[in-house]
Amino acid sequence: MDGFVETPAGAVPRVKTTMTGRDRCGTVKARTGIARTNYKVIPGLYCVGTPGPESPVIVTANYKLSFDALRKELAGIDAWILVVDTRGINVWCAAGKGTFSTEEVAFQVKATHLAEVVSHRELILPQLAATGVAAYELKKKCGFRGVFGPIQAAHIPRFLRNGKQADETMRAVTFTLRERLALVPVEIWLLWKLLLIVLLVIFVLSGIDPDVYSLAATWTRGSAAAVATLLAILAGAMATPILLPWIPGRQFWLKGMQVGALTGIAAVLLSSGRTNIIGDLGLWVWTVVITSYLAMNFTGSTPYTSLSGVEKEMRRGLPLQIGGAALALVLWVAAPFIG
Amino acid sequence: MKNFRYMDGAAILRLNRETCVGCGMCVTVCPHRIFGLRDKKAEILDYNACMECGACARNCPVAAIYVNPDDGCGCAAYIINSWIAKVRGSSVPVCGC
Repeated sequence: MDGFVETPAGAVPRVKTTMTGRDRCGTVKARTGIARTNYKVIPGLYCVGTPGPESPVIVTANYKLSFDALRKELAGIDAWILVVDTRGINVWCAAGKGTFSTEEVAFQVKATHLAEVVSHRELILPQLAATGVAAYELKKKCGFRGVFGPIQAAHIPRFLRNGKQADETMRAVTFTLRERLALVPVEIWLLWKLLLIVLLVIFVLSGIDPDVYSLAATWTRGSAAAVATLLAILAGAMATPILLPWIPGRQFWLKGMQVGALTGIAAVLLSSGRTNIIGDLGLWVWTVVITSYLAMNFTGSTPYTSLSGVEKEMRRGLPLQIGGAALALVLWVAAPFIG
Repeated sequence: MKNFRYMDGAAILRLNRETCVGCGMCVTVCPHRIFGLRDKKAEILDYNACMECGACARNCPVAAIYVNPDDGCGCAAYIINSWIAKVRGSSVPVCGC
């Protein structure tokens, strides 16, 4: 917040185009998953610089990360920012879920009395909102026409300078190493509950041996299986996303199988002496299928996999992953009884 | 995006060139740049790059485009839950994403 700008429709809060320490801290929390949801901005009209009736109106979602991504690119620009209520979800996901909709944009235009604030009748929408907002319907619903701006907020200054013309680079979605890295912490964080349950089961199962139950084995064998599980998480939720374009194949469960096969070898080497060959085989299969599943789950975070495609590959991958996990557990439990 | 290709022949995307009025909105909104205009009608240039986001269909003023209408983020957890929901006959699945 940086004061207010008076308009015929009342005072409009002006926001800074720089990020404070608190903003950065919030970004880290949202990106790691510590406080990812409920990171919201109150919907309504805001502004940057000293906008007037002729200044452009840029529309965004009320997820704080989306709002920050936009305002920090607007240094030296006078503009209005219309924040619509997407329940704290980013532009693209909200458009997909139907909360960033034509109706919601029209509602906020009316609720903020935008027509009294600006003399023109044009909204700049993020291109990725197009999944939820029909530009041709906006005019009928609120009197403002919608123009799709660039995908990335960083391109907005250039878009405005070019007379609101977007070139091909502004219109094509990317999935750079940096963008993939930003997703990794949340991918891992979302697993912690499941991981706790899995680790508990693993330690309990690891104790079963010919003397009915061995507490020593719970630790020695259990830790080997726990290490394999953690390696599989790193392989599926970190290594696969990072190496994505370089791993052969197109289906994610197959990409995960390859990364998992190599990671499984590491798990077996690390377990040296804690189990026998049967147990090692179990560890390897376990690492492969867990990695494969997590790699497959990453499809939900990419900007290029179709839902139909994901369903198709899951019908192939999931039976193998479930079968593999069952086989791994059988081998693991059977190992102390054989050889 | 050239480094990223997903499965061929999977996406559900249909364009009816008869109905198309050639407004070019699909060309504008597609984040994978798969549409072009030829003879004042839209055409699909790269069908296999479609991710079914549905932006083209939503912004087509004459409903000449059909895209798989199922939404949801497309993570494995969501799809498993949607299968379970289908079997049980229960409502909209969630995934926590």
